[in-house]
Amino acid sequence: MSRPLSWAKANLFGSPASSLLTVLTLALLWQVVPPLVDWALIGASWGAGDPERCRAAGGACWTLLTERHRLMLFGVYPYDQHWRPALAVALFIALLAISANRRCWKPWLGGAWALAVMIFAALMWGGVLGLAPVETSQWGGLPLTLVIAVLAIAVAFPFSILLALGRRSGLPAIRAVSVGYIELVRGVPLVSVLFMASVMFPLFLPEGMTIDKVLRALVGMTLFTAAYLAEAVRGGLQAIPRGQFEAADALGLGYWRSMRLIILPQALRLVIPPIVNQFITCFKDTSLVTIVGLYDLLAASKAALNDPAWRPYFVEGYLAAALVYFCFCFFMSRYSQWLERDLRQGNR
Amino acid sequence: MIMQDPPIVELNGVNKWYGDFHVLKDIGLEVARGEKVVVCGPSGSGKSTMIRCINRLEEHQSGCIVVDGVELGDDLKAIEAIRRRVGMVFQSFNLFPHLTVLENLTLAPIRVAGMTPAEAADTAMALLERVRIPDQAAKYPGQLSGGQQQRVAIARALCLKPKVMLFDEPTSALDPEMVGEVLDVMTALASEGMTMICVTHEMAFARAVADTMVFMDEGRVVEVAKPALFFDHPANERTRRFLGKIIGH
Repeated sequence: MSRPLSWAKANLFGSPASSLLTVLTLALLWQVVPPLVDWALIGASWGAGDPERCRAAGGACWTLLTERHRLMLFGVYPYDQHWRPALAVALFIALLAISANRRCWKPWLGGAWALAVMIFAALMWGGVLGLAPVETSQWGGLPLTLVIAVLAIAVAFPFSILLALGRRSGLPAIRAVSVGYIELVRGVPLVSVLFMASVMFPLFLPEGMTIDKVLRALVGMTLFTAAYLAEAVRGGLQAIPRGQFEAADALGLGYWRSMRLIILPQALRLVIPPIVNQFITCFKDTSLVTIVGLYDLLAASKAALNDPAWRPYFVEGYLAAALVYFCFCFFMSRYSQWLERDLRQGNR
Repeated sequence: MIMQDPPIVELNGVNKWYGDFHVLKDIGLEVARGEKVVVCGPSGSGKSTMIRCINRLEEHQSGCIVVDGVELGDDLKAIEAIRRRVGMVFQSFNLFPHLTVLENLTLAPIRVAGMTPAEAADTAMALLERVRIPDQAAKYPGQLSGGQQQRVAIARALCLKPKVMLFDEPTSALDPEMVGEVLDVMTALASEGMTMICVTHEMAFARAVADTMVFMDEGRVVEVAKPALFFDHPANERTRRFLGKIIGH
């Protein structure tokens, strides 16, 4: 008997139950795969064209993406200026790729990020270097999703560490503030935090002073994410044996140095999975900013499908948007697994 | 001459409670520069708690503790200053697992004492030489045996050039065949004139090294004596029973 046959016998038809499952699975695949291939590939319409072409082809309407992808990716940003958000997104993704490399975790990386955020802002806002000014109300799509997710994560993470330390602090006032904050924010849905940030927050500002809508959503996301991250970080802190704190104390390191050099490096390493989990959640939750009137990737995709002629092909549109989300989230997930392995090497 | 110097560690009327439990009762102890003190006693007698009070890992509630002329109180700066002058070796080593052996040793000198990394590495290598494991410098603690880890821990405690070394049952967590290598290092350290306060049950080590034996029971210092007197003619009935139990077999 040849190798594939004996493999199939052992793994697919090892017992009556497994034979039955194999047959059922094959039947299911037979039902699902050919129509799917037919729809997505054979009967699909590719390349530029109008909705008529899709109707004639009968399958998936990838023409929609060719025609509408710029609206989906960049929302209502002025059409002739789309190279600016495209460049801004490319800049962010490039920097994310650089940051993924552990050898680049040096002080200059923080500076690089600050610079990138400034360039991002300059590109998106314009008004400098001869770029036409663009209001944030016209921002949308992927750049908006990215800037909210990345900045919310970048600010929430250090903030959450302070909250977690505060929750374990020996000073009752600091502990009470941290606990109060975490419990309050965790006790309400993100939607209401975003509403608070965008509707209630301006009420407390002096007359005539306004804060940008994107910034308000960003603040809301950051505050929300920080509370959840803080609990993940606290889990890590609790897992560190008391002896580590004592050894650091006995060397006279003092509180901040012992946290920074001894406790946090170990604690954060332990909680990479829940932390990345929260990052992924945060990235996807950016789609909720639509409720305060911002056009993130999902909302922009939805708007791009609003044209009655294209509306029958919303599945293709949403599939494409989902794929973009998936790429980012899957990357984060794989990266965290790699990072865990990489950090585990050598020690223990 | 030694007796005229002020003691380097002085405890006077020290009391400590855990809730209602009175762990330390009116402890008085003086340790002179260069003196080797071995503290023994049954478990729960407060001996570990006492030496942990000396570098403020535990807080005492009344009485006074003076280390190298500085009184321990709530002043954080004073506490950190004292901790830099007092090295401590723990029962469970407590090396930093995410740092290499060398980094474990150089961390405090660089961050606390402001040494340059090169200077700190030189000092650290010299100390690893002294505890006889210079070839392990690049490894992580998890790759070493218990005895090696404890020797690294001793070297780490010596890195800040402490004036007093505290040992909190340094051999209790070790496999029996590794106890000897750690005691050898401690004996060598004693012969170099380091002031040492050791909580240990290694009575042969105590007899050979100690200048003073301290016996504690139920939170009190029961007996303080020279080792010869302490082991051969213990004055207190409780001491006699304790020694009978641990040396008898």
